[in-house]
Amino acid sequence: MNRLLLTIPLVIFLFMGVLFWIGLGKEDKTSLPSPLIGKAFPEFNLDVVEDGRHLTTADLKGEPVLVNVWATWCPTCKAEHAFLNQLAAQGIRIIGINYKDDTPKALQWLDDYGNPYLYNLSDPDGMLGLELGVYGAPETFLVDSDGIIRGKHIGDLNPVVWERLKPQFEAMQ
Amino acid sequence: MKQMLLLMLFLSAPALAVVGGYQYEFDNPEDEARFQQLAEDLRCPKCQNQNLADSNAPVAIDLRNKVYELMQDGQSDDEIVDYLVARYGDFVRYKPPFRADTLLLWGGPLLLLLAGILLMANLRRQQKVPVSNLTDAEKAHLEALKKGLQKDSDS
Repeated sequence: MNRLLLTIPLVIFLFMGVLFWIGLGKEDKTSLPSPLIGKAFPEFNLDVVEDGRHLTTADLKGEPVLVNVWATWCPTCKAEHAFLNQLAAQGIRIIGINYKDDTPKALQWLDDYGNPYLYNLSDPDGMLGLELGVYGAPETFLVDSDGIIRGKHIGDLNPVVWERLKPQFEAMQ
Repeated sequence: MKQMLLLMLFLSAPALAVVGGYQYEFDNPEDEARFQQLAEDLRCPKCQNQNLADSNAPVAIDLRNKVYELMQDGQSDDEIVDYLVARYGDFVRYKPPFRADTLLLWGGPLLLLLAGILLMANLRRQQKVPVSNLTDAEKAHLEALKKGLQKDSDS
């Protein structure tokens, strides 16, 4: 009995070691869970980068979309842009939020690298970004036809990430 | 050593000035203290080891501005924290709420303490094995040994 008790610290040590080991590998400390999943897309009333018309939250509804938050000052946005073009070519509907950016620069960017977006909402002071809990571009939201946020990805979209998001996006159709 | 300390002091001076670089105006010192407290109690979502007051990340500046704006609107501290939690999640709070899914977080240390106390008590009990009286056979054996010893010393 005494012998058995002596092994308790070792057992606890091993147990915690395994726990920490799993935790180390699993936790992605840069992406936080969003409290907005399952909630309606926040109200907005913004200009479109391309043609200056006003759009509101109502215009978002109808069909499922990817809402991609990007800016010309964001290097990772440039890295994911080619993949967004690919997605658009496959018929995926993508709406851009041009986050804390200048419209002329944004237009130049779209000219240079192609425009995968149905339209881009101009959010120069980042107020819609704040409503969306954006803390680092690029971020991508999956929004269903009722304008409800169903998913969020922080960081660039790429084939590996899309592998994971695609079933979720298709389930919204 | 003294020079090193002095150098470190100078190097850290700009960091101290950062919050001062974004001056906010308040009607009274109480509000200013409230703002300072809120900025220190809320965590920057981008740079997770800094609070809103310390961080210079753009999102921290935005959030500081928002906190200021909400304060000017007359919102209470709780309302302001709730506003940010609704958008950025519990992560912006250093102090997690007490909920079903945080039960282990809050109760864990207490459980470990209890387990420790139980283990200690158990070990203590085992160390104190009571000494029982000798049986008749053992007494006789002891006497025999004693006699043997006496004989040895006599001779």
